[in-house]
Amino acid sequence: MAAAVSIRGVTKRFGTDVTAVSNVTLDIVDGEFFSLLGPSGCGKTTMLRMIAGLEFPTEGSIQIFGEELALRPPNKRPVNTVFQSYALFPHMNVEKNVSFGLEMRKVDKAEIGERVAEAIEAVHLKGMEKRKPSQLSGGQQQRVALARALVNRPKVLLLDEPLGALDLKLRQAMQMELKDIQSEVGITFIYVTHDQEEALTMSNRIGVMNFGNLLQVGTPEEIYERPVNRFVADFIGETNFIKGTVTDDGAIRLTNGSVVHVRTDAPSGADVTITLRPEKLRIHALDADDINPARNQLPSTVTRRLYYGESIYYEVAISDGTLLDVRHENIPSLRRWDVGDEVIISFHRDAGEALLS
Amino acid sequence: MTLLDDRTSEEANPELEKKAERAESWRGFFVALPTYVFLVLFFVLPLIIIAVISFAERSRTGKPILGEWTLEWWIKLGDPLVRSVTFRSIWLAFLNTAFSLLLGYPFAYWIATRKKAMTRNFLLVLVLIPFWSNFLVRTYAWRTLLDSNGMITKIGEATGLWGKMLFTEPAVFLGLLYGYLPFMVLPLYAAIEHLDWNLVEAARDLYAGAWKAFRKVTLPLSMPGIIAGSILVFIPSLGAYVTPDLLGGSKTTLLGNYIVTQFKSGRNWPFGAALSVTILVIMMIATVIYFKKGGKTL
Ligand SMILES: Nc1ncnc2c1ncn2[C@@H]1O[C@H](COP(=O)(O)OP(=O)(O)OP(=O)(O)O)[C@@H](O)[C@H]1O
Ligand SMILES: [Mg+2]
Repeated sequence: MAAAVSIRGVTKRFGTDVTAVSNVTLDIVDGEFFSLLGPSGCGKTTMLRMIAGLEFPTEGSIQIFGEELALRPPNKRPVNTVFQSYALFPHMNVEKNVSFGLEMRKVDKAEIGERVAEAIEAVHLKGMEKRKPSQLSGGQQQRVALARALVNRPKVLLLDEPLGALDLKLRQAMQMELKDIQSEVGITFIYVTHDQEEALTMSNRIGVMNFGNLLQVGTPEEIYERPVNRFVADFIGETNFIKGTVTDDGAIRLTNGSVVHVRTDAPSGADVTITLRPEKLRIHALDADDINPARNQLPSTVTRRLYYGESIYYEVAISDGTLLDVRHENIPSLRRWDVGDEVIISFHRDAGEALLS
Repeated sequence: MTLLDDRTSEEANPELEKKAERAESWRGFFVALPTYVFLVLFFVLPLIIIAVISFAERSRTGKPILGEWTLEWWIKLGDPLVRSVTFRSIWLAFLNTAFSLLLGYPFAYWIATRKKAMTRNFLLVLVLIPFWSNFLVRTYAWRTLLDSNGMITKIGEATGLWGKMLFTEPAVFLGLLYGYLPFMVLPLYAAIEHLDWNLVEAARDLYAGAWKAFRKVTLPLSMPGIIAGSILVFIPSLGAYVTPDLLGGSKTTLLGNYIVTQFKSGRNWPFGAALSVTILVIMMIATVIYFKKGGKTL
């Protein structure tokens, strides 16, 4: 588990009033697919640019495989970038674009020819070597950008929302392909995205950022199942929030007086917010007698029903008026509920997380 | 996966398409018609007249005698005097273009890379300020500067580096450089300002040092500005009249002055006409070569 990239206390300020990245410490493991996820303007690109050397940190240290390079210029780093806008050289054809890095490093001609052909083949662009970027579709340009970076066999590949400009279908296909390429070449990928689904499906680990701070680092499952705060819970996937207070025996008393049991690290007496994913809630009839005793129960009223095809969304109100979303799979064994029905909703003790609020 | 398929569009009705295209091109013609008429009347026609005159005999007053034709004036172009005037003109125009580029590029680059739009605009206005006063007046100002008592001459004498330059070739060169430098800076500025700086960063990321990134990316991508600026400087320098007339001496006659002489004291309109056509051809050839050479890197 050698650290490919080791970031220590890195801060980046622009001028005096903009702090784009604030005291980030992070280790990225060799060979992993690591995603930086966060809303627009949270500092993802700035973080990536500092690793690439296109921006220098105001404070802190960045090491790649143990080598300090916070202030080293970009051309002297074993790192390559796939830019969000691709940044293909418009005056060079595909082949020249791809060979650029090798030529700058004065690799010998024969080897350049070989490696460029290999890289172009790997991204399925054979036969388009002589085309200019303007003669390629968005997806093809994306591949050239990828080949242009990978052909240099960098120790770390940085990708800044590389699929952002593609339409949904192409995007999904490219996600798979990127993942395949990554496991083939075994290079560490640092992938910037603000698409949480993309981050969940592609990454080994995810770092969630907001306002320049790194809030949580973990596997997709850890991030989704055990968010450390309200922001992460809300940003990744959909969730419900219920307010409450921790009781002396570690349960949570809701504002309507009901007491529920969920995971929590909060001390007794603390104000907390329970986060509960819609798919973890179930609706039952008031007189249901088959509810698992490990599940919490709350009486409520159905206020809305939305048909999504593969699933059905219900909005229910618990007695203090808090609205919750419930997702039921569209299968015959689950009864359909109507607006106005008095029901019970249930959720497992391990399904939710009470976060300090 | 079918990602790689090129987009194939369905065959449209070719008949209809052609019709629409033709209608479109006619509309364009009508919009451009007034310009065509103007250009034909005041540009093409006079040119033809000049070309015709160059083949005519001349009368004693120097005016052409239409009806009596000769190749004499075209043969006269081979005279050593004409040749030396032509070469001097081309050389000075070339020198002026080269120096304008050398001085103009870093300057335009510097202006274009100022962060604040306010600063850029202010610097551009500075470039344009000379145009607010008459070119003739400004050239006379140079005459004062380069004369025996002129500031520049005094500085040169004090440092022992140069003497009085007025009425010499260096004076003409300085005048030309001064007069046409803005025509180099403006198109260069436009080209550099439009540059996508992501591309330079991409080059740096791909192991290019600062200088290499400039050579491989910035310079080729600012080529349209270099071409436009060079043409805008070369052509008027080649035909310059006022500058060599005021700052040059009899030994620094350029094509422009030489042509004027033919129409006035030389009393030889047909020869002046032949010279005019020659200068036009040189300019055209230079322009074509330049576009061809530059076009490859675009
Ligand atoms: N060169 C700069 N000068 C001043 N402020 C900057 C500069 N670059 C970025 N910022 C600011 O730093 C913050 C972080 O920007 P950054 O580009 O890293 O965000 P991001 O997470 O990549 O956002 P997005 O998802 O929209 O690309 C923003 O508030 C931005 O305005
Ligand atoms: Mg960004």
